[in-house]
Amino acid sequence: MKRKDFLYLTGMGISASMLSRIPVFGSPVLPGHDMSPVDVALKKRMADVALNAARSKGATYTDVRIGRYLNQFVVTRENKVENIVDTQSYGMGIRVIANGCWGFAATDKLDNDSIAKATELAVSIAKENARIQTDPVQLIAQKGHGEVTWKTPIERNAFEVPMKEKTDLLLSVNDAAMKGGANYVNSILFLVNEQKYFASTDGSYIDQDIHRIWPTFAVTKIDSKSGKFETRQSLSAPRGMGYEYMIPRESDKIKGVTTLYRDRYDMIEDARAAATQAEQKLKAKSVEAGKYDLVLDPSHLWLTIHESVGHPTELDRVLGYEANFAGTSFLTLDKWQSGKFNFGSKNVNIVADKTQPGSLGAVGYDDEGVEAKKWDVIKDGVLVNYQAIRDQAHIIGLKESQGCCYSQSWQDVQFQRMANISLQPGKTPMGLNDMIKNVEKGIYIIGDSSFSIDQQRYNFQFSGQLYYEIKNGKIVGMLNDVAYQSNTQEFWNSCAAVCDQHDYRLGGSFFDGKGQPMQASAVSHGSSTALFKGVNVINTARKI
Amino acid sequence: MAILSEDECRAILKKALSYSKANECEINFGGSDSGNIRYARNTVSTSGALSQTNMVISSAFGKKLGVVTTNEYDDASVEKAVRLSEELAQLAPENPEFVSFLGPQTYAPRSKTFVPETAAVTPAQRTDMVDQSLKIAKDNKLIAAGFLQNSAGFSSMMNSHGLFAYNTSTDINFSVTLRSEDGTGSGYSTKGYNDVSKLNTLASTKIAAQKAAGSKGAKAIEPGKYTVILEPAAGIVLLEQLYGGLDARSADEGRSFLSKPGGKTKLGEKMVDERVNIYSDPSHPDLPTSSWTGDGRPQEKITWIEKGVVKNLNYSRYWAQKQGVKATPYPDSIIMDGGTATLEELIKGTEKGILVTRLWYIRPVDPQTLLFTGLTRDGTFYIENGQIKFPIKNLRFNESPVIMLNNLDALGKPERTVSGESSQNALIPPMRIRDFTFTSLSDAV
Repeated sequence: MKRKDFLYLTGMGISASMLSRIPVFGSPVLPGHDMSPVDVALKKRMADVALNAARSKGATYTDVRIGRYLNQFVVTRENKVENIVDTQSYGMGIRVIANGCWGFAATDKLDNDSIAKATELAVSIAKENARIQTDPVQLIAQKGHGEVTWKTPIERNAFEVPMKEKTDLLLSVNDAAMKGGANYVNSILFLVNEQKYFASTDGSYIDQDIHRIWPTFAVTKIDSKSGKFETRQSLSAPRGMGYEYMIPRESDKIKGVTTLYRDRYDMIEDARAAATQAEQKLKAKSVEAGKYDLVLDPSHLWLTIHESVGHPTELDRVLGYEANFAGTSFLTLDKWQSGKFNFGSKNVNIVADKTQPGSLGAVGYDDEGVEAKKWDVIKDGVLVNYQAIRDQAHIIGLKESQGCCYSQSWQDVQFQRMANISLQPGKTPMGLNDMIKNVEKGIYIIGDSSFSIDQQRYNFQFSGQLYYEIKNGKIVGMLNDVAYQSNTQEFWNSCAAVCDQHDYRLGGSFFDGKGQPMQASAVSHGSSTALFKGVNVINTARKI
Repeated sequence: MAILSEDECRAILKKALSYSKANECEINFGGSDSGNIRYARNTVSTSGALSQTNMVISSAFGKKLGVVTTNEYDDASVEKAVRLSEELAQLAPENPEFVSFLGPQTYAPRSKTFVPETAAVTPAQRTDMVDQSLKIAKDNKLIAAGFLQNSAGFSSMMNSHGLFAYNTSTDINFSVTLRSEDGTGSGYSTKGYNDVSKLNTLASTKIAAQKAAGSKGAKAIEPGKYTVILEPAAGIVLLEQLYGGLDARSADEGRSFLSKPGGKTKLGEKMVDERVNIYSDPSHPDLPTSSWTGDGRPQEKITWIEKGVVKNLNYSRYWAQKQGVKATPYPDSIIMDGGTATLEELIKGTEKGILVTRLWYIRPVDPQTLLFTGLTRDGTFYIENGQIKFPIKNLRFNESPVIMLNNLDALGKPERTVSGESSQNALIPPMRIRDFTFTSLSDAV
């Protein structure tokens, strides 16, 4: 489905502007449509049809993914439920190695003949492409797991929550914003359930049930006299959780200039604050360009981590597989081999973790049958590892894959995608106030907004939702028109402190885009609030 | 699956509609076959093929709408899907913005969006086309990464008010990046067509090879305001932000760069240089698109900006009804008029400036001014006295397409290009722009 068709079907209109980085896949189906998983025995039989067909056509390795992908979007604005869309996509993708080359084909017709035909097409594509291949695929060994299952540990399946409960919540959110003085509010609840079955010639038959949730809103305030307008988007995070994320809990709130949230979100409270803050943004002082110390909240810092650490440590980018689209990486193999490449200051410890509870990337097994893992990427500021999959592992001397393989659906080929990449909290006890009191001239930034980085991940520019000026250790007021620009290595070397584990929170992206054709992947990034010294801030106000 | 004919679609849709008991019912039905090859490090990496179909059934009772899809077309499955959509409609809250489905429409004769030869492309043909691209890379000691994809599809719709529409289309898109072995030079080329015979992967790769070789040894220059020449592949990623933002409702609501104080908009006002003419035309021979939209509205030739004046905005059917105006849909692709000058002639006429071949990672910074940021990529060159003097390091810009088109200096001859951000095709000229704002340097190659 093209994005604009999706926008039409969901009737989102203006809300499209807050969804600019959201590709959407699948077809709308009825809420209440049979969402129970397909029988595992049937999936195994279908998978075996493909595995056997591929073998008989000459494939030396085959994996099969049978996927049922359910999405639900509840879309509202002001006092209206604009749309409720359930999408379902069900089918099979078959990946083979034949003559040393990858081939892939997908079908939504799951009778034996159609499966055999798609398998044959995958093998024939592999054989054709082998003509122009220079190095045969080297797939690192992976033991079969037999028949196993894994489920996201959710407390309440959001798809099973009555629709009225969900629409009532979003309308209450909108009501809170409007009563708070907003001119407009759009709110959306996204739900994802990936029911995916993986089988391979290694002897794995893996059945997984993955859940994700993302509540979000945008509040707009207009000054009709001047024609100026400002928005404030929600400070929620997309999570690998059930509906329990939507039930507020006081112990998960961090009170400050605005309330921030750990593992439970209070959407109504946040909308009320957003309406007030959108108005404050209209009157806020325009920033004076220059060098500032930046205090970055996890609701903002996750995106900087994503772009400047997550992407450049993806091994496919380092090797050049993404050179034509997403780009390559400045973290070339020689820097890793040296064992002393100074990525950041000693305060910078970054781990990749596919097992982290509540994260978007948490799975039992990746999409090529590798068990989820956790490993260091940056240790005490030094680059120590990348993120790899089975056909890359040998290049960096690994004996097994790190389990980073993912496909957005049955109909797309799986490839290397980002694990959850997170900045570890500081070991010295430190809270936000301890951090701010030592800042002479700084800006405290909350929430993510504009983001842009070059194709090798050196030069970036980020904006936020809320900017607070810090003078001589105190927050003195709100700023506007702020964006910071830096170079990745300089920026991470300017990291002077990271708050302790009490401040640690997850942010993340539901729709990280990469590959050709482009695929979306969901990934979390955790951190505590961190301090970066002397970063270049520009003023973004212009006149047209 | 095969591309279903108009008669086959009509018969399937008629049967499906016969099951409807709703006040209104509308069904969209389409499908596609596609195949692709990805290559990198001078060898093929991943590739694939996909066949899919989709039927979307929308049933309405009053202002209550239910939507369901199916990809099974036996009578029982279709009837079940229609019933399900009706059940959903009865459960759904009333949407005050729901507008009744359209009655029969008259569409312009179908454009040549479908080319049988493109639909018939085989895996072997794709391999051969990529092989030609790889040869250029290897002959020039460069490293190639690229992507080739072709697809063929049909789309149709019918509703209970008698509307029927049908179309078929094909497309083939190619892009390639060549990098020098030492990683100090990079060049890019992209082409997209409905007709496979127009695609020459060898010629396209040669362009990328020239840029890769020419961009080695780039020098740093100070960020600031410069005259730039934006090649079409660079210009399109900023232009599409402008015409993509011509939404009437957000303008009327006061939250758009088109909004003015007191609830007014810039519709009918001169917003950019008077040489700027932007329009959409589904029947344009070099950029044919469908003559109807997914909700059944005719796609006609629409002038969006004429002599720098905003002439039209796009409307949802609801917003048009509320405002009492014609419901002009969002265009499928755009065309911008230009002049007769070639890119070389534009360079020749430039005293001092920068040639930009590609812009990348375009993101909004301020919706009030339509300010965007992003970077140059894959070949950026300094021009002096009408000649390319040397390659320069990449630069980050912060610029608004509105400001950019006010600072227009010269336009070249339009050509068909593909946006590296949205993958949409467009027909636009190379543009020479004064005072384009670069804010920092990048070390990326």
